[in-house]
Amino acid sequence: MVIDLDKCTGCGACMVACMAENNVPFREDDTDKLLSISWMRVYRLKNGKPFPQAEECFLPRPCQHCEGHHGHSPCVSVCPATATDYDMRTGIVSQIPTRCFGCRYCMAACPYHVRQFNWWDPLWPDGMERSLNPDVSVRMRGIVEKCNFCYHRYQRAFDKIYAEGGRDLPEKEYQTACTQACPAGAITFGDLNNPAHTVYKLAQPDVAHEGQSRNPKAFRLLERLGTNTKVYYLSSKEWVRKAGDTAVQKA
Amino acid sequence: MKIDRRSFLSFVIGGAAGTALTPLPWKLTDDLSIWSQNWAWTPIPPRGETTYVASTCTLCPGGCGISVRKVDERVVKVEGLKGHPVNDGGICPLGLSGAQLLYSPTRVRTPLKKVNGGWQEISWDKAIQEIAARLRELREKDQPQTVAWVSDTDRGTVAELCKRFLTVYGSPNFIRTPSIQDSYELALYLTQGQRAMAGFDLANATYVLSFGSGIIEGWGSPPYLFRAKSAMQQKGGTISQVEGRLSKTAAKADQFIPIKPGTEGALALGLIHVILKEGLYRKDFVQNRSAGWEALKKISGDEFAPEAVSKLTGAEAKIIADLARAFAGAKKPLAICGRGNGRQIAGNEQEFLAVHFLNALAGSINTAGGVVAVPEPDYIDWPEPEMDAVASKGMQQARVDGAGGKDFPMSRYLLNRLPEALNAGPSSPVQVLFVNSANPAYSLMDTPKVEKGLKKIPLVVSFSAFMDETAAMAHYILPNHVYLERFEDVPAAQSFPRPIIGLVKPVTRPLFNTRHTGDAVMQLAKAVGGNVAAAFGWASYEACLQESLGDKWDALKEEGYWVESKFVPAAFETKSKKFEFSNADIAQLPAYAALKAPGDDKAFPLTLIPYDTLRLSSGTGGSPPFLVKSLEETILQKNDGCVEINPADAQKLGLADGVDAVLSTPKGSARVKVILSEGIMPGLVAMVRGLGHTAYDRFLAGKGININSLMGSVEDPGTGFEAAWGIRAQLTKA
Repeated sequence: MVIDLDKCTGCGACMVACMAENNVPFREDDTDKLLSISWMRVYRLKNGKPFPQAEECFLPRPCQHCEGHHGHSPCVSVCPATATDYDMRTGIVSQIPTRCFGCRYCMAACPYHVRQFNWWDPLWPDGMERSLNPDVSVRMRGIVEKCNFCYHRYQRAFDKIYAEGGRDLPEKEYQTACTQACPAGAITFGDLNNPAHTVYKLAQPDVAHEGQSRNPKAFRLLERLGTNTKVYYLSSKEWVRKAGDTAVQKA
Repeated sequence: MKIDRRSFLSFVIGGAAGTALTPLPWKLTDDLSIWSQNWAWTPIPPRGETTYVASTCTLCPGGCGISVRKVDERVVKVEGLKGHPVNDGGICPLGLSGAQLLYSPTRVRTPLKKVNGGWQEISWDKAIQEIAARLRELREKDQPQTVAWVSDTDRGTVAELCKRFLTVYGSPNFIRTPSIQDSYELALYLTQGQRAMAGFDLANATYVLSFGSGIIEGWGSPPYLFRAKSAMQQKGGTISQVEGRLSKTAAKADQFIPIKPGTEGALALGLIHVILKEGLYRKDFVQNRSAGWEALKKISGDEFAPEAVSKLTGAEAKIIADLARAFAGAKKPLAICGRGNGRQIAGNEQEFLAVHFLNALAGSINTAGGVVAVPEPDYIDWPEPEMDAVASKGMQQARVDGAGGKDFPMSRYLLNRLPEALNAGPSSPVQVLFVNSANPAYSLMDTPKVEKGLKKIPLVVSFSAFMDETAAMAHYILPNHVYLERFEDVPAAQSFPRPIIGLVKPVTRPLFNTRHTGDAVMQLAKAVGGNVAAAFGWASYEACLQESLGDKWDALKEEGYWVESKFVPAAFETKSKKFEFSNADIAQLPAYAALKAPGDDKAFPLTLIPYDTLRLSSGTGGSPPFLVKSLEETILQKNDGCVEINPADAQKLGLADGVDAVLSTPKGSARVKVILSEGIMPGLVAMVRGLGHTAYDRFLAGKGININSLMGSVEDPGTGFEAAWGIRAQLTKA
């Protein structure tokens, strides 16, 4: 995935698209963002200068899908229940809700705060449960959940292609809900290993150096940790690229 | 048997060892976790066949195409429609939450009548008969003009049916809610002689100068402008945002020019001054296609020289002069105005004219990359209704809001003046008020005053599908279907530079005992009888819609939209057949003056300004739970609304980040949380628009503050338009 921060407007369509696609629950008071579940979250970065030199930039943060070294993502390495795994074929870090028993080691291990815990049972107002998507299981209390790049969409698309005799997924067959919804066209999604895909051209990953980008505008979050993430950000502003390598400020 | 220490210990240890060896505890723990994970209230969404229906979104005037995903009969998700000329697959957060609105607990499920302050269910026929009886009574008393109708649009078949009803009944009081449409329509009419909507070809502009317009905060059609903005910046175009606060639009613009809010018009006139002085205007347009441009010199005289404008706006004189040069020197410049999302305020007409003149000086009228006059839709061509004597007489009466009267001859609708009229005398000049797709009790300025006025109306009938603030105050609710359950036309996409018609299609069967407002109006007309009934010859709303759309119906049903592909803007229709910088009508308007924020500078040293976000509903309805969930911590914390203030001001007031404070304005006060922000100009306090609902569900009601309850109405002197941009305020430690 490549997210162009110059284009991102911080509107929040990706967040809501994700919630609607993945049956993310909501609560009466969801203002405490440490307790609120949001697989995709838009952060606000500031350059820290006083008015009127102050600048802001918005940074959507899905799961970064770390490969680490040979698939040793921070969260996968610590999960005692094998509820989360790194898929060498797709590069997606999975999360299997029924295997998770809620120890939350993965939450502590994740450098990006992408994992969230269900402290409460998901409850929908009477009748609204009819809007739930049958392709994604509803998670119960006591487990951890996170973004999986809309894996159900991958399964659907792959089944379709496989049935037709194909083996390679064309770019447009598999797109995440956030990519599809973004009205500014800031998110691009595809196969980082496939030179024909737009993401490859934008991210220009250097496989010899753990996917480091050759595009001077591109950066990855906390790249120095060696997490080898699958989400590349583009920005023409240097302070934004620098902010991506320190700590993400509170929105 | 005697229990000694030894036997006790062997029993306990043996028991523990035995239990540990049996599978029982492990089985029980396992069962317990499986049981707890299968609690009945964790829903398992039923599987089924997935289908998609192409339709049109009605949640704001943006006119986006939507693709609604269904699993069997359930609506699961609303997505953007790929290939749609407005949004091409993109969609805003509100549009994405459509399914939550369909299944919302705040929907009105059946017609309701207020009895002794509480709601009682009533049948459709009985409700319509009772309302019709009151309407007949008023006609018998020769007072048909005391019926008024409030709606957020005056276009499309439903609005036309409401207008037709009022006309043949005998009331001129159809009132559209205020928005920048009012001021843009008037600007186009005055200068180009056309009754048209303003479209903006942002995608093809090379330089956009925005006077506070929230290009990415809900202004116009959000997904269209998002796409257009990305496209133009990609091609090397630049955007300059003029505003008092670093809004999202300002943050994403190429240049942010901070000025004092409320002085945008002065800046526009200052730019005109520089452009004229340095001869930077496009001679071809000004000399060949316009008339009266010499008058510009008068309205942008020395009082609008850069130094003078600098004093008014707070921007440096050099920046003003450079801005004028950059604008006039760009290949395809475009200037736009109307603060924030432009949905509740019409604005200062002279400011809109000044910005429109800027476009004319740059030749950006009816061109690629410019402002385009999009003609009003013409497909609704019904036979003139036959009027009886009562109706003809009623239609001669002055409008209750004063629009088109002697004070404001150019304005068409002035809903902002209605509360004043209602509160003026002992009895209300409006006896019956119909409200459809509008929520005046929430969206007008100074809501306590609005509420007081509405309470004086003996009969208020709401067509709202949701229990909103106005519906809660009504005497009858005749609930409409929500947009996923009904047919309807969307006659335009606001700000889109071409004529387009969208069709709203029923995606699912109506869930409740609701009825299409078009049908309800027709049935009401039939119940009133006489000429009123005769004016509605259609069997149903759907028949009326199909007849009105004529040969476009099939294409609309198939594609979901119809767009004029070979659109050429019409020639100017002024007397001179040219673009008129001045004429008799324009001369009638008082000269530009920056409108002051109400309140005393000493008691209220700060100025409160509203701002908009796409994470709250910008349309008529309330925000669904997903939107409230996605709000930033700078907007809402628990149930407290937040205000942004510059750290320098906060220090003077002794306020720290996150503390509780009391925000007071001449209209009221409220408890708020203080957020320090370097993105706001000293002297200002900013609060979001769209919170503080008293109606709707527990996910929205009681959260934050309705800024309109703290704001006061500001009238544009020439037109009577609502021009409130801020109010004086004070912030004190709680």
